[in-house]
Amino acid sequence: MHSWILSTLAVAGAIFGAATMQVRAEGQADPLQSPMWEDMRKQFFGGRSYVFDSRVKVRVPKVVENQAQVPVTVDARGLKGVEKVIVFADLNPVQHTLTLTPLEAAPFISFRLKVEQATPIRAAVLTQDGVWHVGGQFLDAAGGGCSSPAMARNKPDWSLTVGNARGRAWRQADGMSRFRLSIKHPMDTGLTQDNIPAFYIEQVMVRSHSGKVLAKLEMREPVSEDPTITMLVRLPLSDRAVQVDSRDIDGNHFSSKIATSWKESRLRTDEGAE
Amino acid sequence: MLVGADEAISRANGGAIANIAIFDTSEGAIVVDTGPSRRYGVELEALARQLTGKPVVRALLTHFHPDHVFGCQAFSAKVLAAPKGVVDGLKQSGEDFATAMYYLAGDWMRGTEVVLPEIIINSGHEDIGERRLRYLVLDGHTDSDLAVFDERSGILVAGDLAFLDRAPTTPHADLPAWNRSIAELSQLSISRLVPGHGPAETTPRALVQTGQWLKTLEERIMDSFERGLAMTEAMDEPLPAWTEKIALARYEYERSVMHLYPKLEADGWPRVDVSN
Repeated sequence: MHSWILSTLAVAGAIFGAATMQVRAEGQADPLQSPMWEDMRKQFFGGRSYVFDSRVKVRVPKVVENQAQVPVTVDARGLKGVEKVIVFADLNPVQHTLTLTPLEAAPFISFRLKVEQATPIRAAVLTQDGVWHVGGQFLDAAGGGCSSPAMARNKPDWSLTVGNARGRAWRQADGMSRFRLSIKHPMDTGLTQDNIPAFYIEQVMVRSHSGKVLAKLEMREPVSEDPTITMLVRLPLSDRAVQVDSRDIDGNHFSSKIATSWKESRLRTDEGAE
Repeated sequence: MLVGADEAISRANGGAIANIAIFDTSEGAIVVDTGPSRRYGVELEALARQLTGKPVVRALLTHFHPDHVFGCQAFSAKVLAAPKGVVDGLKQSGEDFATAMYYLAGDWMRGTEVVLPEIIINSGHEDIGERRLRYLVLDGHTDSDLAVFDERSGILVAGDLAFLDRAPTTPHADLPAWNRSIAELSQLSISRLVPGHGPAETTPRALVQTGQWLKTLEERIMDSFERGLAMTEAMDEPLPAWTEKIALARYEYERSVMHLYPKLEADGWPRVDVSN
């Protein structure tokens, strides 16, 4: 859809070299017509070049069932040389939602976020050539997800289960390993009426069990309570588990180890993800 | 029967998506469900009086969902009746439903407020005029679902325990309980079945189709979960060909993934945290 822009950039790049990479895709209107787009662009890309790119796929539901748990999948596997993936929501009180650095992982993440009102949900993908590729969807929602207290706050003993984790991993036929993980945490935004301060998991490191760093994830306030993530990592064949270490903004550390025994492997994967 | 639109709630349809039944008796009119808004309720009450030439003597609520209960302001407290579970559900979620309905349906909702019925219905019989109504207080679509069977005519008003040619909704569903309720309703000698959504027919096709849909949901969603698909990936999975004729199949399937996945994730994965 936007291939003409890419080919223009490629041709320009070939003729003028790296200097042309400073050129922004000027005049390209925001396909989602957000009043916050100019602000978002400055905040996340500064003066660097960007392009709206249909290869950055953002999947959100057509209807929101729970403003505090909106499932989102970002899939930029159509792009090569991805260094970073940023997810943001233009009209949320905190726009930046997460940043994925997929060192030995696919530029793919599925998770849930809180929305305060109807908003574009965007993913910006930085490739090695210094260009941000931007995809997104408009999400219709009644809102209130960021200003409602976490469900955990209804339970007096909620702190006893913080850090408890459940998950599973699957070896895929394409050599990647898929894991799904859910960690108990209130992920307080600090924006609720009861003045509960922000309290959320900020840093997530995904390693092979032998210690190789596969991906880094930075999460922010809008990530939903009990973060539930799905990722695709290049786990060495000799490794039997994915290790996920996280830290919240109060300095609590949580570790999870998700076994990927071959017995549990399901090779029927990804055919459905079009 | 007032036929609801086979659509999602919108500003175009004002939330009038559920079927509403009116019975004529020698004592007065009976309505089953009151519609999505005060405005709808007022028109429903007038229509029931006009069709039967008598006042409404009983207004029954089948369950607590907003497209079925928000016309209650048009009826007096003396005639509004529902199972206790329906009243409890309204107490707990009524205000949130009202907020959501104002957002979805807009101005049609003006002046609409939550009304709690004071007459509690239990399973059993009630004679109104020449009609002998059998109340079946069941569950599965929600925690409390009322089906109304008119024993002499064989008309079953199934509420949202039965859908026909419109995909069932599951925000508060318990699928095994729903299947049990369908089995129980299937025992009745039905001459005409009024589903919560979709056309009324002389066959129990709505019960059969609703059962098939629930089976499809269970199988497809469990399969996606077992293969490690995230929610939005599960939403894109193919549905069986027969569902192509069902209104809102993909839309409701997406919603059902969001309703049913969290429980699978909470129960279906082993603990993986390790202490530091």
